[in-house]
Amino acid sequence: MRARVFVTLKQSVFDPQGTTVAEALHTLGYSNVRDVRQGKYFELDIDASSPEEARRVAAEAADKLLANPVIESYRIEVDAAAPAEMVR
Amino acid sequence: MKFAIVVFPGSNCDHDAHYAAEHVLGQDAELIWHKDTSLRGADVVVLPGGFAHGDYLRTGAIARFSPIMQEVRRFADAGGPVLGICNGFQVLLEAGMLPGAMLRNASLHFHCEHVYVKVEQTDTPFTLACPPGRALKIPVAHGEGNYYAEPDVIARLEKNRQVVFRYVDASGQRTAAANPNGSLNNIAGICNEGRNVVGLMPHPERACELAIGSADGLILFESALKAVTERAFATSR
Repeated sequence: MRARVFVTLKQSVFDPQGTTVAEALHTLGYSNVRDVRQGKYFELDIDASSPEEARRVAAEAADKLLANPVIESYRIEVDAAAPAEMVR
Repeated sequence: MKFAIVVFPGSNCDHDAHYAAEHVLGQDAELIWHKDTSLRGADVVVLPGGFAHGDYLRTGAIARFSPIMQEVRRFADAGGPVLGICNGFQVLLEAGMLPGAMLRNASLHFHCEHVYVKVEQTDTPFTLACPPGRALKIPVAHGEGNYYAEPDVIARLEKNRQVVFRYVDASGQRTAAANPNGSLNNIAGICNEGRNVVGLMPHPERACELAIGSADGLILFESALKAVTERAFATSR
């Protein structure tokens, strides 16, 4: 099963990279892009018997390693389909 | 006395720290590979600057899994003096041995320059030989030294006098312009509640001889020598 973990800086934390990207987009003419937050994306292929189990494993991985709870938060999506089918 | 300098894959200030301890201070110093499981009887542990494990995931995030870190933690828990310099500070943060985290520099620039840091606390093993309030001229060289912690953590650090070093200007004034990276409260270095674990972003080991621009950083190594000699902050091993 594949879990997708999206790690981003907490809203309370200033994101200088995201701000710089937003300014660059404004330079390109995308004045309607109000804000950009930059983050990290992980794909975890997990041997699990249910989406709930895969989500629990991914959450533990995020808590312990993938995200730093001082500055980052995360969101998880789980695909029950086999990983190979997810490749586009 | 003996310094142990931990070498992670990607450390690049390990030899500078070794040189400062052995050749400038004249003490024993040993480089310890991160896969070792013994600090070989060292009195002081230094986690040096560099890019441990390539800064993969986050700066310092992977180093806490290095085998030697169990021993470093045990040493620190027993009261032993531990100094984290730059990337070593980031390792201590990620290992949970010091509070807070590092963000990219607010400017997004990698800052490599001499700055002034004020010694705010002298009851740590790395500042006790230093006159209180003295501004040290030592270099910074980092892209992620923007110290951050939640407001309650910052308040606790200030209340407990755990902010050991602060960025100041040449006259010792704490100004926004003197802050190279956007760190909250101009924080350049902190200690733990036991005051034996100290981390700072500037590089004292690169400022130990006048021939290279400043010898102000040597006071940290001299302090460690004094701390060990006078049995202040010695481990209870």
